[in-house]
Amino acid sequence: MNTRNLIGAALLALAGPAALAADAVGVAQKQPLNLTAIGMFFVFVVATMGITYWAASRTKSTADFYTAGGGITGFQNGLAIAGDYMSAATLLGLSAMTFSKGLDGFIYAIGFFVGWPVILFLMAERLRNLGKFTFADIASYRLDQGTIRTFAAFGSLTVVCFYLIVQMVGAGQLIKLLFGLDYATAVVVVGVLMVIYVTFGGMIATTWVQIIKACLMLFGGTVLLYLSLGEFGFSLETVAKKAVEVHKDGIKIMGPGSLMADPVTAVSLSLGLVFGTAGLPHIMMRFFTVPNAKEARKSVFVASGCIGYFFMVVCALGLIAVVIVGTNPDFYEGGNTAGKMIGGGNMPVMHLAKAVGGNLFLGFMSAVAFATILAVVSGLALAGASAIAHDIYARVICKGSASEAQEMRVSKIATIGLGVVAVLLGILFEKQNIAFLVGLTFGIAASTNFPILILSMYWRGLTTRGALLGGLAGLISAVTFVVLSKAVWVVVLGNKEALFPYEQPALFSMPLAFFFTWLFSVTDSSARAKTDKAGFDDQYVRSQTGIGAASASAH
Amino acid sequence: MSAEIYKRVRANPRFSELEGKRSRFAYLLTAIVMLTYYGMMMLVAFAPEVLRTPISEGSMLTIGVPIGATIIIGSWLLTGWFVNRSNGEFDQLNNEIIREASK
Repeated sequence: MNTRNLIGAALLALAGPAALAADAVGVAQKQPLNLTAIGMFFVFVVATMGITYWAASRTKSTADFYTAGGGITGFQNGLAIAGDYMSAATLLGLSAMTFSKGLDGFIYAIGFFVGWPVILFLMAERLRNLGKFTFADIASYRLDQGTIRTFAAFGSLTVVCFYLIVQMVGAGQLIKLLFGLDYATAVVVVGVLMVIYVTFGGMIATTWVQIIKACLMLFGGTVLLYLSLGEFGFSLETVAKKAVEVHKDGIKIMGPGSLMADPVTAVSLSLGLVFGTAGLPHIMMRFFTVPNAKEARKSVFVASGCIGYFFMVVCALGLIAVVIVGTNPDFYEGGNTAGKMIGGGNMPVMHLAKAVGGNLFLGFMSAVAFATILAVVSGLALAGASAIAHDIYARVICKGSASEAQEMRVSKIATIGLGVVAVLLGILFEKQNIAFLVGLTFGIAASTNFPILILSMYWRGLTTRGALLGGLAGLISAVTFVVLSKAVWVVVLGNKEALFPYEQPALFSMPLAFFFTWLFSVTDSSARAKTDKAGFDDQYVRSQTGIGAASASAH
Repeated sequence: MSAEIYKRVRANPRFSELEGKRSRFAYLLTAIVMLTYYGMMMLVAFAPEVLRTPISEGSMLTIGVPIGATIIIGSWLLTGWFVNRSNGEFDQLNNEIIREASK
């Protein structure tokens, strides 16, 4: 596998459980039914259904449904954000990367982490002060409602749909592998549970599912680290020494290697990650669930602490797995440690769980992985439903005249619709190579949603025309670059040479988006442009002080 | 009603003080995080051997490990500093501005 492939596969691994689909093996092979794992997962489902039942009694208004009435504390929201970001594939993909590439995996993890401090410094407070339910609320704050809200809502929906496909396919493969369930069954189970959580429990249930899962994940990772590091007398130095002895690349794994050999791809990737994260609708939505800017800031502090800690734990686990899993013939097909790992290349951490904690612990970790997927897809479905019901239906079509009950009904229908679409696409894409979808998702988020969002908050000169055309430029260029890259042009369309040499579009599509937004804004002398600019002063005061910001509901 | 308040806030010199201080602080911290991170990426791309230096004589761990950990822990501590100052000093100033404006 060359560098670019590896980076693509790694991005996929971290962004969604689709890691398994991107693995060199392609489609995961079905494993024998794992009853311990299914039993533990069942406990999780029962517990979260209980929460959903409780949440349903508290979900009365649209504010409850979209943002839990703004009643989530900073600490809780921090855990939920961490839950959104620590996907099953972070656990599997990142540890697998450290397992095979050593320090490169760790360097990679840092790129996924540094976006968070930046989101806090530049965006968290303003997001909270300006937004109500969706990111389109902010983008269209002083710009033309019909145009920009529609565009922003479609931007959200596009990102949500692509990301849902990635998650669904990943879920199917992962569950087939860990639980021994049929692919289609797994996808349907995920789809049905997601719809139940969201339609009945709204943001309250979704948040609590996320919180529980984040705690389980942190707990599982910590226990696994404790057990496995204990075998080395709790010395990372001893682990490193043994790992260097047994790894096929020897001492090379302790330094930067092939993964970052291409700086352009590496930088483009990290731009896409940092700013793409800031443009993901289900992540932005989390900032509206807290009562004020103070709690919003706290939540990023908690979230980045959990994420940073978890990434370090996972990388350490990958290195430990080199020694414990990499030398154990039981985990390889035909007992050949130089050959194929049982279950595919993303399994080191799961095998490690079995090696140090037995079947019971493996079952626990598998259940956590499944729970993770459920939590992430629920957040996505909610973000998608809010774009349809709040932005498109209530604001654009009904122009604000829809009643709360009507809007709620539309959002529930939208959730069911998204569930059906997600299941169908998940089944349709089972055998497809979906690596490009992750690049596309982050590329679009970073080049369409993010520029509009940040400029609307920071730049007085932004006009409706500039935002629309600049956003379109970002969208079109991100899609075009991905289509012309190897992942689509060669792998999917079967051409010989990629026309665009890099997998990641952000380094090129982001500047294009910013440039065209600027160009079409400064040359805009329409009456609308004057209104757009005039609105900046008031918006600026609100974004800074929180005066007029949406407040928490009564309960 | 709120348009009036916004106007009064803008007219308050302490609002400029707040936004100036807070923005400078935010930009400074952003610059620190980004420069450290992209600094490390430049090392990875153009001088990878630096990161292969062992942390001590005969050790198998390289300085890449503590450097990476420092970036993660350090930038997390910066978020703590930011939250602390924003939720304390800046929010206090902010509340005073709001109080003055709503009089």
